[in-house]
Amino acid sequence: MNRHRRSLLKGALAAALAGIAATLGLTTPRRAVAAEWPRDAYAAKTVDDALKNLYGTSTVVASPEVKIRAPLQAENGAVVPVSVSSNLPDVQAISILVEKNAAPLAAHISLGNGAVPYFSANIKMGSTSDVHFIVKAGGKLYSAKQNIKVTIGGCGG
Amino acid sequence: MAMKMRTKTANGETEIMVLIDHPMETGQRVDPKTKEKIPPHFIQKLTFSLNGKEVAVADLGVAVSKDPLVKVKVKGAKPGDKVRVTWSDNEGDTGEKEIVIN
Repeated sequence: MNRHRRSLLKGALAAALAGIAATLGLTTPRRAVAAEWPRDAYAAKTVDDALKNLYGTSTVVASPEVKIRAPLQAENGAVVPVSVSSNLPDVQAISILVEKNAAPLAAHISLGNGAVPYFSANIKMGSTSDVHFIVKAGGKLYSAKQNIKVTIGGCGG
Repeated sequence: MAMKMRTKTANGETEIMVLIDHPMETGQRVDPKTKEKIPPHFIQKLTFSLNGKEVAVADLGVAVSKDPLVKVKVKGAKPGDKVRVTWSDNEGDTGEKEIVIN
């Protein structure tokens, strides 16, 4: 079987199962954390558009309470380790955006009760860029950014 | 695809580290032989649960590195608690792993 057909079949099966689950009332109407993968936010070409898609607003307040751990310089843009944490109360989500990437949104996490406001991932950077770290706390967006210099870009190949 | 998980507890917070073997293809790379674009193939969802309760859901894009290494932290976890991580990608492939906190 070719790959395309396989994924089509899988999709159809998943849809059918989801339908059955919904009919049986197995799925809860609202989960603690986000459900759909945010396609439009990942397709957005600017930081502002990505934020509008994700959060409904691009109004962010720069805050020292958004704490970043990231290198100032990355030799290899294909693997740039970044971490973000915060002491802000009621943190609901954290996003990482690379301003100069073709699509800036790199990763996003929704945090439920029991999670500590912390998120770490290895990301790809096409070139030297500001990297924006967004924390949603108490319904508001807070941000911090850091410029990371990239010697060898990590997108494309 | 293989998954590795580890936890580390300090000061009432448990860090969950997960490493997944996955190509995380961007859809922008060109196959040097065929000169054709390699289609995107990347993890979209990564779900972290503690004792069956979902605590965090990450949405990933193509800008997460190949073989993603992702870390989150949970509070109040005890030895014997179960941590489960599940993932799914844009082609419908999925994986999961559960470990017990030491």
